[in-house]
Amino acid sequence: MARPIETNIEIGAMPILVRTESAEFLQILQKRYAGFINPHAAPVFGFDVDIVESTENSNGTDLSVRRVAGRWVIERGDLRAEWDAGANRGRIRQTANPYSIDAAFRIVHTLLLATSGGLLVHAASSIRNGKAYLFAGVSGAGKTTISRLAPPDVTLLTDEISYVRKTGEGYVAFGTPFAGELAEPGENVSAPLAAVYLLQQGPENRIEPVADAEAVRSLLLSVLFFALDEEMVRLVFQAACDLVARVPVQRLTFAPDRRVWDLIG
Amino acid sequence: MSGEIYLARSKSIAARMLGDEMMVMSSRDSTLFSLNPVASIIWNAADGLTSLNEIVTTRICPAFDVEVNDALRDAETFARELAEHGILLLSEAPIERSGHSPQERK
Repeated sequence: MARPIETNIEIGAMPILVRTESAEFLQILQKRYAGFINPHAAPVFGFDVDIVESTENSNGTDLSVRRVAGRWVIERGDLRAEWDAGANRGRIRQTANPYSIDAAFRIVHTLLLATSGGLLVHAASSIRNGKAYLFAGVSGAGKTTISRLAPPDVTLLTDEISYVRKTGEGYVAFGTPFAGELAEPGENVSAPLAAVYLLQQGPENRIEPVADAEAVRSLLLSVLFFALDEEMVRLVFQAACDLVARVPVQRLTFAPDRRVWDLIG
Repeated sequence: MSGEIYLARSKSIAARMLGDEMMVMSSRDSTLFSLNPVASIIWNAADGLTSLNEIVTTRICPAFDVEVNDALRDAETFARELAEHGILLLSEAPIERSGHSPQERK
């Protein structure tokens, strides 16, 4: 029997220890999450990953995230994960590909964040002059485009999935390895969240105010959440309302040119 | 309308007043509802003990200058819509806070 080997993957300042017996899979992880490996951080959570030749979960490609007897169970055609939140330990069964564990990480982080007032948002995010800005929108709204247009003094946190944690009365945005069309992971850095922009493309660059109710509605459309769980749904709703109450949310219409960044930061 | 209707907010919801809109989310299926000022009054008054008739005559008609029968018809339509989504409970009798009335209806 092979000796387990491990790596510590830190996203959103939440290190997750991944232990596996597959050296090949460990190499895949270290390549996929380069920049987010932190062997010195104390893990908040640990996963044992069983690598199998094929998976035969009954629900095909449909995703199921549910709580069963105090444990979270994540099932998709290509993976099955169980997680005991109380013991901070879990187990994943999947083939040796990075996409399955990437999906598991996204789901686990949504659950971790929900209990602390944070959110995983379908949004690009960047840091400029020490402050973070989120650009939320559905596919095609321009998340990758506005990331590509960023001037050199802007640090890209992600062009796809933004990581927002609540800290006291404010929020902090973190870089993530979850990339969109840019196919580049974000920088593993963070900054206080200064504004959320609801992104849409148009004939000119402009920023407009958004009423709180509309801001919550739009933000919730971009929040990643998968669990069929009443308590978690309530927490996510409250987190979105709290964020809108504390961080300016505005609509950013932009023509695809670099001058849009004159309006930001 | 046939008889009194009593309304109570479901426990399977999360709600927040934002500006002059009440946002209500069903925690069962994540459906999000945005209530206008009239609907917000009904929502806030849905304590299980106050009838819809009383809510309309004492809170809505004086505030919005509408005919009682028109307001009552609209209010019942609204209440039934929310009940269909499971975020409002309807009953022909007052609804106990600890549970649902045996005569609860949708």
